[in-house]
Amino acid sequence: MLIIKDLHAEIDGKEILSGINLELKAGEIHAIMGPNGSGKSTLAAVLSGRDLVSVTKGTVLYKGNNLLEMSPEKRAHAGIFLGFQYPIEIPGVSMINFMKTAINEQRKAKGLEPIKPSDFLKLMRDKKALVDMDSSLTSRSVNEGFSGGEKKRNEIFQMAMLEPVLAILDETDSGLDIDALRTVANGVNKLKTPENACIVITHYQRLLDYIIPDRVHVLYKGKIVKSSGKELALELEEKGYDWIKKENDK
Amino acid sequence: MNEVETYRNHKFDFENLFNQSEKTNGHVAPFLKTVRKNAAKTFMKKGLPGKSDESYKYLQLDSLFSQEYSYRFLQEIVHFDINHVFRCDIPNLNTHLIILLNGFYYGGKDRLIELPGGVKYGSMLQAAVEMPGVFQKHFSKSTAIKTDGLVDMNTALSRDGFFIYVPKNTIAGKPIQVVNLILSAKDLFLQPRNMVVLEEGAGLELVVCDHALSRKRSLSNSVTETIVGENAKLDFTVLQNDHNFASQINYHFIVQEKDSRVDTNTISLHGGLIRNNHYVKLNGTGAQNYLGGLYLTDKDQYLDNYVFVDHAVPNCYSEQFFKGVLDDRARGVFNGKILVRQDAQKTQAYQKNNSILLTEDARMHTKPQLEIYADDVKCSHGATVGQINEEAIFYLRSRGIPEKEARLMMMYGFTHEVISKIRINSLRERIEDFVQRRLRGELAKCDNCSMLDTNSLRL
Ligand SMILES: Nc1ncnc2c1ncn2[C@@H]1O[C@H](COP(=O)(O)OP(=O)(O)OP(=O)(O)O)[C@@H](O)[C@H]1O
Ligand SMILES: [Mg+2]
Repeated sequence: MLIIKDLHAEIDGKEILSGINLELKAGEIHAIMGPNGSGKSTLAAVLSGRDLVSVTKGTVLYKGNNLLEMSPEKRAHAGIFLGFQYPIEIPGVSMINFMKTAINEQRKAKGLEPIKPSDFLKLMRDKKALVDMDSSLTSRSVNEGFSGGEKKRNEIFQMAMLEPVLAILDETDSGLDIDALRTVANGVNKLKTPENACIVITHYQRLLDYIIPDRVHVLYKGKIVKSSGKELALELEEKGYDWIKKENDK
Repeated sequence: MNEVETYRNHKFDFENLFNQSEKTNGHVAPFLKTVRKNAAKTFMKKGLPGKSDESYKYLQLDSLFSQEYSYRFLQEIVHFDINHVFRCDIPNLNTHLIILLNGFYYGGKDRLIELPGGVKYGSMLQAAVEMPGVFQKHFSKSTAIKTDGLVDMNTALSRDGFFIYVPKNTIAGKPIQVVNLILSAKDLFLQPRNMVVLEEGAGLELVVCDHALSRKRSLSNSVTETIVGENAKLDFTVLQNDHNFASQINYHFIVQEKDSRVDTNTISLHGGLIRNNHYVKLNGTGAQNYLGGLYLTDKDQYLDNYVFVDHAVPNCYSEQFFKGVLDDRARGVFNGKILVRQDAQKTQAYQKNNSILLTEDARMHTKPQLEIYADDVKCSHGATVGQINEEAIFYLRSRGIPEKEARLMMMYGFTHEVISKIRINSLRERIEDFVQRRLRGELAKCDNCSMLDTNSLRL
């Protein structure tokens, strides 16, 4: 589904990603871990089309297409979803209008009619229940005044609404209390099918107790320096990143 | 006597205009004659506000006034039924309608209309005759809040405008809607003078729509005096939807007594040059005033809001909230001043101005000001001028919303905060629609107005 080859990217002329290689198949969940500032969010930004980051070398193929040539909205239409590490507040734009527009734009891209208002309301209700989101949140402006945890839950709610093919969740677990973490993880698991895939960026092994990854990668200084099964997460939890840093700073 | 005086001097010849005007006076109350004469004298002393007037720093009045316009001293005889060419199309907005045509009450010398409960409305000219007591008590009094030459000019030259009177403890049932039409075969200079009087405990919803219909240049210098008695409530919405050849300078003076409440929303959608002056005097304890404004400008339009709120007594509340989006080479100005006098303890006063510039050439000058002489007050002011938040645009796009649509959503969201304050539902919905269409670059005139083609009228 996703093949990243020798990806280099920079922000303001400073190289942040220095040769990433990663392959993800349908039905898989990959976890990406790594110390602060190692480039995890930057990788997510490249995959979702943030133009702040410029790719200097390498390729990204998504379902056989050159992903890097696509606009952010085209990527969304093709099924890519980014759960933001820091969701943006948008005063004056209501959640309802936001979701309705997003869904209808995605439907339009598929040649479908706009969703019927009654169907839309039902969809909202079902998905709110799935991620256990407080009903009043959807009647407010996008993320405006949401608590940290509410923002993260809102990301999963949007993911549930849009049913992406490839979801990239950037530290969706940070800031969630233990119960919320479980609900959110459950939500992710319920949305999982053999046809879609998920990249989970996290600092905590805890999340991976709920969302079981097929592979765990460690990103350090813009490179994937270690890839292994889910046991790697446990090892990191125990030993920290020092041993990895030492291995690589040599 | 001439109905129309054209002046083409490079210097605006006020004296000549005033003399002409006085000759066409007809019978006028002696008191009014005196007020006008005094105002004329004052104007000739002061002249147009110039560069030394801080609030007119960005607006060159001399060049604006030295262009060639026609001036009417009397109501024009129209050859068509205005009701055939104009019908407000705001759905479900059921109002009592007042039409001003080129600044004159459309309906000529008709008597004031009286509604059950004693609400009266109609022409200023007529009010001076029919309600001399009320008229004389208030005419040219609120202007003492703070004044400049243009107000004196209006006092000296104005002939007509709209008048609304709501008696004690009376709530006007339906909103009253004033439609200011400009329809002329010539470039026109007009000076409407309006008055709104709410007695103690009265209530009124008022909507004023400005529509310059003919594609001629026009310059309007209007003054509205609003007197709000104890416990009275006024909800005032102004919709400015003129074209790029129309220039208007408005003065709105509001005097509020004890426990009264006034909400105004000034929505500027279109206009070549718009200067709104909002003057408020909170004159009785517990008075509350909200001034909201939204401006959407593009091309070479100029939009200028000046606010002066005078907290003269304790325990009053005022809030000013102005927001706008400027595109192309548009220029915007916001000057806000809150004066809290020494006695005005427990004042709450808040002022905010936020603008978005869509291009590098658009300009916004903003200057919120607080002048506080009391020590126990809650006041704040703030202004921002910025661009659309690109992170938010990316957020929307990442959900599949195309960039253009995302920008519109952001702009619309930005304006929404102001629009949401409009209380009359049907009007708010209509304005929401106008704003969306305006932001999309589609024509946002009310449809029935935009369909008008002045060539088809015998002007
Ligand atoms: N907009 C930006 N401008 C300049 N530098 C940036 C910008 N965004 C990211 N960087 C830099 O890129 C590097 C990688 O940042 P990134 O956000 O990808 O790290 P991360 O692995 O997600 O870290 P964390 O675990 O703290 O979220 C950091 O050194 C960061 O300072
Ligand atoms: Mg990050």
